[in-house]
Amino acid sequence: MRSPDLLRFNLRLLTGQWFRTLMTLLATAVGVAAVLLLTGMGEGARRFVLEEFNLLGNDVLIVLPGRKETTGGIPPLTGEGTRDLTLGDAEALLGLPGVRAVAPLVVGLTQVEGGGRNRELVVVGTSVELFHIRQLYVSQGRLLPETPLDQAEPVCMIGPEVRRSLFDQQPVLGRWLRTGDRRCRIIGVLEDRGVSLGTDMNDTVIIPVASAQQLFNTEGLFRLFVQVQHLELLDSVKEEVLELIQRRHQGERDVTLITQDSLLGVFDDVLKLLTLAVGAIAAISLVVAGILIMNITLISVSQRTSEIGLLKALGASERQVHRLFLSEALIMTLIGAFTGVVAGYALLWTGHWLWPQFPVSVPLWALIGAVLLAIGVALLFAWLPARKAARVPPVLALKGISDAHR
Amino acid sequence: MIRLEQLCKRYQLGDEPVQALDHVDLNITAGEYLSVMGPSGSGKSTLLNMLGLLDTPDSGHYWLNDTDMTTLDEEARAAERNCRIGFVFQAYHLIDRLSARENIELPLVLTGTPPAQRHLKVNELLQRLGLDRHADHRPNQLSGGQRQRVAIARAVIRKPALLLADEPTGNLDSHSGQDVIELLEELNSEGITLVMVTHDANMGRRARRRLWMQDGKLLKDEQDAQP
Repeated sequence: MRSPDLLRFNLRLLTGQWFRTLMTLLATAVGVAAVLLLTGMGEGARRFVLEEFNLLGNDVLIVLPGRKETTGGIPPLTGEGTRDLTLGDAEALLGLPGVRAVAPLVVGLTQVEGGGRNRELVVVGTSVELFHIRQLYVSQGRLLPETPLDQAEPVCMIGPEVRRSLFDQQPVLGRWLRTGDRRCRIIGVLEDRGVSLGTDMNDTVIIPVASAQQLFNTEGLFRLFVQVQHLELLDSVKEEVLELIQRRHQGERDVTLITQDSLLGVFDDVLKLLTLAVGAIAAISLVVAGILIMNITLISVSQRTSEIGLLKALGASERQVHRLFLSEALIMTLIGAFTGVVAGYALLWTGHWLWPQFPVSVPLWALIGAVLLAIGVALLFAWLPARKAARVPPVLALKGISDAHR
Repeated sequence: MIRLEQLCKRYQLGDEPVQALDHVDLNITAGEYLSVMGPSGSGKSTLLNMLGLLDTPDSGHYWLNDTDMTTLDEEARAAERNCRIGFVFQAYHLIDRLSARENIELPLVLTGTPPAQRHLKVNELLQRLGLDRHADHRPNQLSGGQRQRVAIARAVIRKPALLLADEPTGNLDSHSGQDVIELLEELNSEGITLVMVTHDANMGRRARRRLWMQDGKLLKDEQDAQP
């Protein structure tokens, strides 16, 4: 039997029972779409996180006070027995060869008052270097002034969300803001950047680090960002940083160094595993679709017993009958898988359109895997019924109808 | 052309074994017109199925064109059925979702004949059987007589040497039955060997050679003198 004939024969069959076909098709389509959707979202989440970390640059070292193995950001004040990271440490680090920039970070919550409204907001104390390292830009005004680290200045920058919630559409540059018990003048508004590294920079007030230390009455820094001059220097700088800290902290290496690569590695592994897991769960629906296909093929075989007998009488071999039923299931699956791919992508892109920050991308392995699994499952589950059809003895098959009239 | 030797077939019908064919010996020469008659359960349909390679005997031999069919496997039997044997059934056995044309070309489709060639052959046959107007009709749009014509066309599209008809007029009124039988006889006069199972004595009498069966045995074998 020529392939176009086989195709036509089966299509005629499938369109003849369009409702049954549609239902089977739908099962496969839903299965494939589910795999694509879930892995697409998992992969999207992975990319989202990776992109966020990438903004940090892989030439940046993060220095956390206290020696700990986790990457969490427990504030140094709670850490017992460890020395604080200080601005002195930051300046000493800047003096190391191979270090391009150092940005300290102090973070706290405080009441912020401005434009006659009051909100509790995250206040970040840092230096202008942070903006370079983290690739943050202003939409209005200017960045923090380049003053010595230990010099407090009554200026601040605000995120776009702070601006909206406190001042609505009014001009903000040059206005006063009260943070805790201090006043500062707004000199710049950050560009809308969404969530970054778990901190919504849109909803923060940024002040010079010395001001923040006074505000929160602390010497200790939340963390330090150290940017190296060259990527190749990262490992040697790491060692130098540790040695320097050891010298300054009376022989204790009581800091933890994190590089983007190590962070990314962990996240990457976890999220990949997650994607794989949700993909596998979705794949179960494909197996269910396969069982449905087996049922449908079984019904098809028993409904068409006399047709099988006829085809055999006309000279169809067992192989041909087997192929006929297998290809019926296969065609149904292929159409279903195609529909599923289209639907899956459509849903993902709709999601992307609704939430543009979230990158969606179906990993190639998921796409190929879903389609191959659908085909494999269809062939596997249709195999038995098709063999049953092929083995029907021709005389018995024909009897179904001819017997009644004898 | 056909030689049956001590052919036996036994069925289990419920608890009772039925001897459908009981040591049947039969010779059929090419171009013969044979009718098989007998009461229900006499084994005539089984004989037809044996001749058509739809069934396999328990013992005995069946030579078709000097090949022992009992030694062939199912694949080879399928190939033989396709090229040497045409079937006409009482219930037509047309595929409802296919048009008359598609039903007729089915044996050609199974052997992988290219569409252009198929089209030519089917057209020729449609014209001959007066079905050209119905080529694109579905079986349920045709009358019983037309359906059986389509079935006959399908049976002879491969130009088989042997045409087996199992009660071909059983579902038809006398008028269309007459038409169909005449068509079959016409095909026979062109050289095809025709074996027809019937319980209608009038139909059976038209054949030049008449077999009567009972309990799986050949009871009587009558033959007209060659014209």
